[in-house]
Amino acid sequence: MNQVEEINIKEKLICYHCGEECKDDEIKIGNKLFCCNGCKTVYELLDANDLCTYYNIDENPGLSKKNDIKKNFDFLDDAELKEKIIDFTDGKITTVTFSIPQTHCSSCIWILENLYKMDEGVIHSEANFLKKIVSIKFDETKTTLKNIVILLDSIGYEPDLNLADKEVEKSALINKKLWYKIGVAGFAAGNIMLFSFPEYLSLNDMATDNIKPVFSYLNILFSLPVFFYSASDYFISAYKGLRKKIVNVDVPISIGILVLFLRSLFEIISQTGAGYLDSMTALVFFLIVGKMFQNKTYAALNFERNYKSYFPIAVTMKKNNIETTKPVDKLEVKDRIIIKNGELIPADSVLINGVAFIDYSFVTGESNPVEKINGDLIYAGGRQVGGAIEVETVKEVSQSYLTQLWNNKTFTKDDESKIDAFVNVVSRYFTFIVIAIASVAAIYWFPISSSLAFNALTAVLIIACPCALALSTPFTLGSSMRIFGRNKFYLKSTHVIEKLAAITSIVFDKTGTITETQNANVEFVGDSLSDYETQLAKSLVHNSSHPLSKNIFNILHEVEILNISNYKEIPGQGISAIIDGHNVQIGSRVYVTENSNKDESNLSTQVYLSIDDNVRGFFKITNSYRPKLKEVISSLQNNYKLSILSGDNDGERNSLLDIFDQKTEMLFKQSPYDKLNYIENLQNKGNEVLMIGDGLNDAGALKRSDVGISISEDVNNFSPACDGILDSKSFKKLDDFIKFSKTSKNIIILSFIISFIYNIVGLSFAVQGTLSPVISAILMPLSSISVVVFATLSTNLMAKRKGLI
Amino acid sequence: MEVIFVLIGFSSFVALMFLAAYIWSVKTGQYDDNYTPSVRILFDSEVKKNKKEQPEVEHKKI
Repeated sequence: MNQVEEINIKEKLICYHCGEECKDDEIKIGNKLFCCNGCKTVYELLDANDLCTYYNIDENPGLSKKNDIKKNFDFLDDAELKEKIIDFTDGKITTVTFSIPQTHCSSCIWILENLYKMDEGVIHSEANFLKKIVSIKFDETKTTLKNIVILLDSIGYEPDLNLADKEVEKSALINKKLWYKIGVAGFAAGNIMLFSFPEYLSLNDMATDNIKPVFSYLNILFSLPVFFYSASDYFISAYKGLRKKIVNVDVPISIGILVLFLRSLFEIISQTGAGYLDSMTALVFFLIVGKMFQNKTYAALNFERNYKSYFPIAVTMKKNNIETTKPVDKLEVKDRIIIKNGELIPADSVLINGVAFIDYSFVTGESNPVEKINGDLIYAGGRQVGGAIEVETVKEVSQSYLTQLWNNKTFTKDDESKIDAFVNVVSRYFTFIVIAIASVAAIYWFPISSSLAFNALTAVLIIACPCALALSTPFTLGSSMRIFGRNKFYLKSTHVIEKLAAITSIVFDKTGTITETQNANVEFVGDSLSDYETQLAKSLVHNSSHPLSKNIFNILHEVEILNISNYKEIPGQGISAIIDGHNVQIGSRVYVTENSNKDESNLSTQVYLSIDDNVRGFFKITNSYRPKLKEVISSLQNNYKLSILSGDNDGERNSLLDIFDQKTEMLFKQSPYDKLNYIENLQNKGNEVLMIGDGLNDAGALKRSDVGISISEDVNNFSPACDGILDSKSFKKLDDFIKFSKTSKNIIILSFIISFIYNIVGLSFAVQGTLSPVISAILMPLSSISVVVFATLSTNLMAKRKGLI
Repeated sequence: MEVIFVLIGFSSFVALMFLAAYIWSVKTGQYDDNYTPSVRILFDSEVKKNKKEQPEVEHKKI
């Protein structure tokens, strides 16, 4: 038994807490292994509080604490800042909602809801898995906000604290209203249909005749809330559209509903008929179902982020050698602040003290950290790598070089009207044609009988109510959006699909978009390195700023860096140095092994390591362009004008030319403003532009473009405001997505044709003035349902054919 | 025949009750989160006792 266990351990040592591989079995409690002391501490904390159920619900549920940076949450004692974070307080009991992006399994839910066992001040906590939030109610006399945040951080669930977070709840409220409206409409439609049965069956005996009027008046009663409450959105939207002199699809719908309701009232009160209230309520019900289907949102994703959600909430200040914290939006010019390893520079500032290596990759797209010396200007948005530095701000947060981008007019205007939805274009003509037909029918019948003319007029308006027209778009696009979602392409709204189908030009950002971010895949090929050898290799690459050195540095595990001497760097070849008496070389195959036979079969970059002229093996660094980039580009460049905008220098131009053809416009050293202007220029030339980017430096371009897609390694991480978030793993499907958006549009056109056929059939009854409630009650739901079924089925069928399901 | 009016009254009343129940359920947030409760219901309420009981049960079996 013991032997078996030992073999198992040798095969793979897995951290009991986070499930990552452990390098040895040194850190353990009993038979439970941990990859690092951070994980062990969390386990001890949970164990001490009898919370080990955490480990029984899901296996290795924890979050790795390996790269954990000790954070200072002192700013949470600041009363004003606290006010902004919490939801509600009465001085004693406070409720607060934290966004916890790390939530990923059932164990997370369990631990977040059992916080009260670790902090007696917590009264109640409730997690929402889909939104990745936790609401906590706590007693101010027993604990503080700061303590709770520290507790969450200590168990690996650091809340995402930023000031931009509080604006989300609006959409939830709208959604709730839709639920009410759908309930009322469904309720009324069902009951009215029951009361209309005598009418459908044409029962005409004495007893039924007595009851019929009662049923009719009950129908009116039930239809009132539908007309005044459930359908109100359509009237409002139609009214708003007309005021702007736009005939949107809600105009013919509103006319239809209005005429249905008024004619039914007239028929029932004048006792000339039973009315069409069943059709009306069913129509409203279907329309809201369609709206609901279209309104799918990705609760955990945020498409509206600006720099505020990327920037820290508070900074560490230094005054008379005492460290205090200050909310970032209170930061003034000439404030002295301390930036620690991994922290962001919140405002343009001048370096006062310390060694600054600023990683601007997210801001400018430049991939290597930049060294700054005392007195240098550091732009906001950079991330300090290394020790703590002291800086003095020269501009306010909102006036800094990067953040000024958000003062651009692109961000202030509403982008809804960029492209008119297809359905609105169609409905414009549709409405006028229907009104024309209705008038002609009325004029034709008027000399014969005024009541027949009235019948024909209203019947045309009723039957032409474009419910099928209005339903085909939400169901087609709603299905498409779900299909995209399954392929890890998340859209802000269904509207984006229509815009995507219309694009003519695609603009790529380089760093992070077509290349993979920092974590290029590095593995060591050869006999595995001993700890000492790792130490030697790591010490050498530590001195080089070459991107490959950085990649190697990142994958070698944490060791003490040794002093080196005789450091030599031969550009394009490699580096060497004497470390602790050993001659260590790292570089190309030729440089290290002196073997000039080029191994052509291997496309990946290989960096060789030798210690005392003994070749130990090589680090294999897999191409940092996204997989299948070439295929994606070659299929795109036939149909679209492609361009690349890079914040980097043009060092990669040649390797990019292997992938992109000559027509591709490549611009390097582009500032965020240049990118925005470039998109604007393209648009002025009549292009519909799709921008694909990832960082804050693309924020302006993403917002300005017709469709802005942000690419992300982890969709729950920060991504700037955009129309869609694409998981980097699905980048290879980009072409399929664009093609499918066109397919969706064709499906919509087909459904329009189907709905027009129904309309023509209905109109032929209507113009003769012979539209009976029964025909209307059959024809209207039939057309709606068949269009819905057609739209949903064909969208899914096409997706299956294209391999998207 | 009058009985039908009574029945209509009752049926409408029952239907309205269901509508009210539905609106109440939306209002109390039962449609806000349709995933987490499905996980939450599977959590054991008291873990401490289980731990102590389990070994005893095993002994008896052997």
